[in-house]
Amino acid sequence: MLSSQIKSNEIVFGSCNKDLLEEIIFYGIGLGADFVEIFLESTDNSSVLAEEDFITSVSPSFGRGAGIRIFKEKKDGFVSTNDLTKHGLMRSVSQAIEMLDITDNKKEVFNGLNKHRDYGLSKKKWINEVPSIHEISEKLLVSTKSLKKNNKIITRKGSYSRNLQEVIIASSDGTYVSDIRLHQTVGLNVIASDAQYRSSGSRRFGSSGIPSEFRLWDHEKAANDVVESSMNMLYADYVDAGQMPVVLANKFGGVIFHEACGHLLETTQIERGTTPFENKLNEKIAHESVTAIDEGISEGSFGSLSVDDEGMEPEKSVLIKDGILKKFISDRAGELRTGHKRTGSGRRQNYSFAAASRMRNTYIAKGDYSKEDLINSISDGLYCKSMGGGSVGATGQFNFAVEEGYLIKNGKLTNPVKGATLIGEAKEVMPKISMCGNDLELAPGFCGSISGSVNVTVGQPHIKVDSITVGGR
Amino acid sequence: MNSREITTQISDAAESLNLRKWDYGASFSNDFSVQVDKGEAKQLKASQKQILTIRVWNQSNLVGITTTSDISESGIKKALKQANIASDFGNKNESTEFSPLSKDPIKVKEVKKRNPVGIKKLLTLLREAEVKLLKSHESIKSVPYNGLSESFFERVYANSDGAFRSYSKSQAALYLYARAEEKNKKPRSSGSIKLGYGVDDIDIESCIREASNKTISHLNYSSIKTDKYLICFSPESFLTIISAFSSMFNARSIIDGVSLSNKNSIGEKISTEALNIYDDGLHEKNISSSPFDGEGTPTKRLCLINKGRIENFIHSESTARIFKTNPTGHAGLGSKVSVSPDWIVVEKSEENFDLKTSLDHSTYQGEFVYIEELNAIHAGVRASQGSFSLPFDGWLYKNGEKISIESATVAGDIKYLLKNILNIESSQEVTTSGISPHIWVDELSITGDA
Repeated sequence: MLSSQIKSNEIVFGSCNKDLLEEIIFYGIGLGADFVEIFLESTDNSSVLAEEDFITSVSPSFGRGAGIRIFKEKKDGFVSTNDLTKHGLMRSVSQAIEMLDITDNKKEVFNGLNKHRDYGLSKKKWINEVPSIHEISEKLLVSTKSLKKNNKIITRKGSYSRNLQEVIIASSDGTYVSDIRLHQTVGLNVIASDAQYRSSGSRRFGSSGIPSEFRLWDHEKAANDVVESSMNMLYADYVDAGQMPVVLANKFGGVIFHEACGHLLETTQIERGTTPFENKLNEKIAHESVTAIDEGISEGSFGSLSVDDEGMEPEKSVLIKDGILKKFISDRAGELRTGHKRTGSGRRQNYSFAAASRMRNTYIAKGDYSKEDLINSISDGLYCKSMGGGSVGATGQFNFAVEEGYLIKNGKLTNPVKGATLIGEAKEVMPKISMCGNDLELAPGFCGSISGSVNVTVGQPHIKVDSITVGGR
Repeated sequence: MNSREITTQISDAAESLNLRKWDYGASFSNDFSVQVDKGEAKQLKASQKQILTIRVWNQSNLVGITTTSDISESGIKKALKQANIASDFGNKNESTEFSPLSKDPIKVKEVKKRNPVGIKKLLTLLREAEVKLLKSHESIKSVPYNGLSESFFERVYANSDGAFRSYSKSQAALYLYARAEEKNKKPRSSGSIKLGYGVDDIDIESCIREASNKTISHLNYSSIKTDKYLICFSPESFLTIISAFSSMFNARSIIDGVSLSNKNSIGEKISTEALNIYDDGLHEKNISSSPFDGEGTPTKRLCLINKGRIENFIHSESTARIFKTNPTGHAGLGSKVSVSPDWIVVEKSEENFDLKTSLDHSTYQGEFVYIEELNAIHAGVRASQGSFSLPFDGWLYKNGEKISIESATVAGDIKYLLKNILNIESSQEVTTSGISPHIWVDELSITGDA
């Protein structure tokens, strides 16, 4: 039985029992399924929290589970379970078959699994290089100490999390792959206070793979940034609301494309009929300055994948080229239901979610202008240096918060302002991104959607939006 | 294994590892859900989940924790060992103990447990609901977000001091989110959610009607001029904003310095004397109620604001000890124990003589903005600073007419909002997250396109 191979505190699946996986897939196909997919997962995670000058929480967790998906025509049945025994997996297949009400005798052909492709092979060597809890704790304490730069900083926090995930994906088209994924993220947060004034600041660093990356994190620079940001915003006035031109900073400013447009280019949105871009392939949907890319292979970037959660190698997808819509982000169900070819973008938080078309490392390509060119072109507007979270609704309306903003007056940055929210609609804002800077940078983040929370990268150079609604007071 | 067997297994494994003090929380669930697309089944889901969280105290009485989905014998042993290792990093400045109330009697609501209806019936019901919603108005072209689910779960808490609590229940949920389109107009979208102990308890017709009416009512929209407006919050939107700023009543947030309140805020007047707010997890209308919290403390009704003054904070065991009071039944179970409210009940106090009772959303003829639903809470609320800037769905009322607002944000400060409540209407409404009447607030900033 599969469960007998699972051991504690080490790579659990290794070279999995191919015969068993084939037996389960044969079972599903024999019952009339068009397609059978098995996703096995084992996780080993840890998180550490430092507050002020103490470690206040260490939370390890581990687990294992399977997600089994059966397709029949254009519908799918998905069963997740913690029971990885042969009996448990077979029962899940039966349950999915029963849910789909499959009774016909037409049988697809299953020729067995292909030769095992192990994307985690080279990674097994570096598992032991993942920093220990002791090492992490020491670095976090040094980091929170670095935040003690001003007596107006009233709370200091540093947090770290490490997710180690081992997966095996096998399906009736012969796919048989395994992978090891390592994601590490570390963040600093402060709250500054002076009488009735309050502000907060945060910065996050994240990496995919490369255990030693955490050791290279420049906590001093991060601490300086976060303290400076919170102090700049402490006495800031609330922004006046209205329509105005804005310049969005590079790195996490890329959340505007992620929310305003990226989600609307996922085939799940076509399936639902909630994207205004459904029939716009090869049509102009953005300003000619805009070229946007979604790729799964940017080395070390937070959204990078060696293989997606459906066993496909991720491709580099040019979504928009010089303002023309070129491609949608697609997964297996998306291809089946919308006809758009898979792009290696089938992603899920864990075994309890069915994969869906999701962004990976998504960014607007760099242009020719300097940051100063963009700011100089505005007589009265807003510079958004640091962005918060955002969301997009079922009609394409997006919003996101500005954490750190400055007024632009006569081509120069002036007073800091707080309380700004940018709102708009994707198809209206994309043509208004009229200038792209030459300083593309990427930033890590988490994206929550239909298949759970996944690691992503957002990014862009500085960009100018000619006009957008700024919510304020 | 059942919960008694798991407790015995943990106890035996702890003894073999020489771990004397431990507790655990567990949840076991079976969920079934369906989604449809224009009459066809789209995705059908079933899941079986087990989550076990174990805490271990070491010889220095520092606590460590581990969470796992592996409840095999080896999984439990590994979890105990990991928790023991983690206890070396336990917080030396703030100790955690068993809740002194973890053996007190608990009050369990008498609810008839429902049996599963099965995926096929779920699918049939949802298909029918989708068809009815699509037929309810010619402009409704699709129901992009929909789902019908039923869940059956058990929660357990036990500790090495002999506490043992367990309860099981069923719950069902239906959501329908329609999208309407008309020529030369922007699409509009709105929806409804209904909960029940079982699928048969859900008022499907009412969910369809609500989703349809809300969506259609917004078809004729207009942009709103950026300005300050008299505001009426719907019960749902007021509960949303109170929940977003619930750190004001949260002892954990106060200790961590991320709350607008401080240790001395009990008794502080923060709103009109007409306002009472309770947390009442066991309220008969709360489908998701739980008789005990993550530490085994019984759930109870607690007054948070009494006649405009802060009356109580919500506590875990450790925050209660710091504040020299009792835990209130609001704790999670973690290395650092979180605290959160269960079910907010807002009501008008007896001290309501200063209210402008002429402000009634169904009869008032003057100009005001009605906020039906607040969106993007995670992005637009700064709980530690008290400020918010949030997109909303709503209406501009003027001279007895109402116009749907195209897209706008409302911005303000929670302290200003609470102190500038002008009226609390008499009639309370039950929502999926609590109970509240309509609440009127003096001028707040609205940003629109116009």
